[in-house]
Amino acid sequence: MTYIAKPKLHHPSLVKNKAGFTRRDYEGAVSTLCAGCGHDSISAAIIQACYELDILPHQVAKLSGIGCSSKTPTYFVGASHGFNTVHGRMPSVLTGANLANKDLMYMGVSGDGDSASIGIGQFAHIMRRGVNMTYIVMNNGVYGLTKGQFSATADKGSISKKGVSNADSSIDMVSMAMLMGATFVGRSFSGDKHQLVPLIKAAMSHKGAAFLDVISPCVAFNNHAGSTKSYDYVREHNEALNRIDFIEGRDEITTDYAPGTATVVQQHDGSILRLRKLGEEYDPSDKIAAMKRVQEGLQSGEVVTGLLYVDPLPQDLHANLNTVDVPLNTLNKPELCPGSAALDRINASLR
Amino acid sequence: MPQAIAAVNDFVVKFANVNGSGSASANELFARSILRMGVPVSPRNIFPSNIQGLPTWYEVRVTEKGYLGRRGGVDMMVAMNPQTWAEDVKEITPGGYLFYDSTKPMPSSAFREDINVIGVPLTAICNATYTDARQRQLFKNIIYLGALSVLLGIDENEIKRLFGEQYKGKEKLLDSNAKALALGRDWVAQHIDPSIVKLKVKRADNVGDRIFVEGNNAAALGAVYGGATVCAWYPITPSSSLAEAFMAHCKKLRHDKETGKAKYAIVQAEDELASIGIVIGAGWNGARAFTSTSGPGISLMTEFIGLASFAEVPAVIVNVQRGGPSTGMPTRTQQSDLLSCAYASNGDTKHVLLFPEDPKECFDFTAEALDLADRLQTPVFVMTDLDIGMNHRLCQPFQWDETRDLDRGKVMTAEDLEAGKNFGRYLDVDGDGIPFRTYPGTHPSKGSYFTRGTTKDEYARYSEEGPVYVRNMERLQKKFLTAARIAPQPVRYSSPKPTSYGVIYFGSTSPAMAEALDHLEEAGNHVNALRVRSFPLATSVEEFVHEHDKVFIVEQNRDGQFRSMLMNEFTFDARKLVPVLHYDGTPITARFIAADIAKKLAQFKVVPFEKAAS
Repeated sequence: MTYIAKPKLHHPSLVKNKAGFTRRDYEGAVSTLCAGCGHDSISAAIIQACYELDILPHQVAKLSGIGCSSKTPTYFVGASHGFNTVHGRMPSVLTGANLANKDLMYMGVSGDGDSASIGIGQFAHIMRRGVNMTYIVMNNGVYGLTKGQFSATADKGSISKKGVSNADSSIDMVSMAMLMGATFVGRSFSGDKHQLVPLIKAAMSHKGAAFLDVISPCVAFNNHAGSTKSYDYVREHNEALNRIDFIEGRDEITTDYAPGTATVVQQHDGSILRLRKLGEEYDPSDKIAAMKRVQEGLQSGEVVTGLLYVDPLPQDLHANLNTVDVPLNTLNKPELCPGSAALDRINASLR
Repeated sequence: MPQAIAAVNDFVVKFANVNGSGSASANELFARSILRMGVPVSPRNIFPSNIQGLPTWYEVRVTEKGYLGRRGGVDMMVAMNPQTWAEDVKEITPGGYLFYDSTKPMPSSAFREDINVIGVPLTAICNATYTDARQRQLFKNIIYLGALSVLLGIDENEIKRLFGEQYKGKEKLLDSNAKALALGRDWVAQHIDPSIVKLKVKRADNVGDRIFVEGNNAAALGAVYGGATVCAWYPITPSSSLAEAFMAHCKKLRHDKETGKAKYAIVQAEDELASIGIVIGAGWNGARAFTSTSGPGISLMTEFIGLASFAEVPAVIVNVQRGGPSTGMPTRTQQSDLLSCAYASNGDTKHVLLFPEDPKECFDFTAEALDLADRLQTPVFVMTDLDIGMNHRLCQPFQWDETRDLDRGKVMTAEDLEAGKNFGRYLDVDGDGIPFRTYPGTHPSKGSYFTRGTTKDEYARYSEEGPVYVRNMERLQKKFLTAARIAPQPVRYSSPKPTSYGVIYFGSTSPAMAEALDHLEEAGNHVNALRVRSFPLATSVEEFVHEHDKVFIVEQNRDGQFRSMLMNEFTFDARKLVPVLHYDGTPITARFIAADIAKKLAQFKVVPFEKAAS
């Protein structure tokens, strides 16, 4: 039930961003998810990130698969086109959309059921192709819409609401993404807006395959004792490696960083990611170290969050294919059709 | 001496080779050199699902009359594969010829008394000339080409000219091939009287300006001319060469002259699921996109095809059909994916299919499919098959009307939205069942909508209300009727005499059917014919059936799938539609069609007992 429109009344005091839009302009329809669902917090973080990035709302394209998480694109950036595709196959549709028009910003929204089970193949391949997008998995370890079955990201030994223990190993989506070649990989928690919003902004500014695994507790089916994706469990086991400040390239950098307190990563579009270290030394541009740290977290049961890996100078699919600078969907007969003289030459070569 | 078949410009030569031995190019030179003498040929590859080692055949029909279907029967066998020797020898028509490598003596039991045997010591000639093993193998093929050219009367200059075109700039290769050709010619000239072979090629003028091309290559070129910018595919026989040809054409025709950048994107996807997903994503976002596949790929794509149909997203799928079901006969031909394509998906769905008869129509229909998909906002299938797709076929030259523009269909622009035009994504504003769409990113505040596979109202709002659902389904049905009007219409061939018998056929059956109609006519069996070129079926198909007492439905599958579609779409007496079915994986022949129809006609013409008695 996603047809409930939000009233469009704007409070006059709402602040407009540089693009001339208020935060409300980035909202969508009223959510029909359960009250307290982590996914709604992620939608709110996406709205905030788009607002802060001064994005033109219609320049976003939102694509999703099937499931609770895949419903959320109706709940944010209502002025943009959305595509609720088929189960697990959003990545291919997003890839095609991206090929057609490289100028839009692509937001792929999926869940653990959608991306880690039926869609794991397409998940892997969109990462290895380097499609320029932000791919968010709203990860709650459970099938919500079908009422509480384990998903493939449920931890081994975690207990379902019905008391069943999960015997299968879990799939770690950030490890998968790194292995498959994603060039921006982060993990966060739906309950940690301060970490999540800058991560989304940084991912959206990344000109390559950016992946965010967001642990998002299911209040209906996976928020009990024995679950490893509950609010309580994630808060207790959240091991944040860093918090980032996202600074757009066009902004003047006014803050000085005390040497050694922050790692600064400049992305291809000029945006700057300032990583405030929490706890230990961590270099997110070192992929091998990142994979090691994530694996250590899996062993010890901590949920390692933050910007885990970034390649600041990625090459995206369009660069690999050497496509023209304008979107392919703007090309027309003069650019595409070689004409009858060329056809006559081809005919002559076939005699 | 056994009887010897004598024929000028009307015979079949079959080459039996080992896959991967380099015979393909020599065999193609054989076919092309005859073509250059103005005599139409129709070659067919009969090949295994294998890279090297298994048997492969190349059958060339030399046909001055221009009958391009498979004839059946073998007048001369070029038996180069010991593995299949026995069956190859057996296949020769009595009075026919066996050409073989006589280096090793063969027992007389290996031959037949009713055929003419011509032995040329190919291996011995090779071994005496070449030391390199690969050269020995490759040039053996050219040597037999030289030998055959003398025996059959093929102008050696035509072969040399073809060498010149093939090896332009590689003079060394040109010389060595010319030398190998001479080796074969000289040996025959010195040892055999060519008049013992009574199959001859004689220069004619029946080729005209026709071109000689594979359907897959032609369809790929049609995709270039039709403005496809996105191609996503997964390798599957017999369609792989289509995407590869698209790549080759784009490299020549679609790079920006100044920057060298590509005006296209080709993705070899991880599977057919992703291929069609990419095509749908691109189509949704306003680019023309296509995929090429074969039967098993269609099975995988079916869920997505349902989405594209119900969400109304353009997509073009070229299905180069092969033998099914399942992996079936991957290197054999059939027309057995009609039902799986026409009604692909769960729920009530129907799709647009186009049936090209030859490479020319592969070109035309692929370009047209891209227009139709945009116009109708739905998947459009180009239903070709292995017989058309992977064989060189003589056909009319490609043509392009310079005034033709890409038909993008009903797309609402930013200006339209700004001017206040009412935009309902699924709103039928003019009665053809086709709504307007907007491309993502068109307007800052107007025209955005949510695309989904769930049911929705005219303004793309989710709804599971019965009346809303029914309205949408009825509009889609209306759109389907529009498709029947704008897709390529059937072509009718009327018998010179009035008749109550008709025949309906489509696709690659066409050349065999044209020849069969001549045979039937000669035998006094008058039949009107209708070549159907698209589904949904035009009203003229219904009229054609009503016009006749019996209508033969000729198709290359077991179940009479096209006949089922006729029954499904119209109301006919089932007894009226008589199936003529050929489905052993080989291309249908005129001999088969004419014989089957003649046999059935004879049965109908027997007056039933009750009728005679009354």
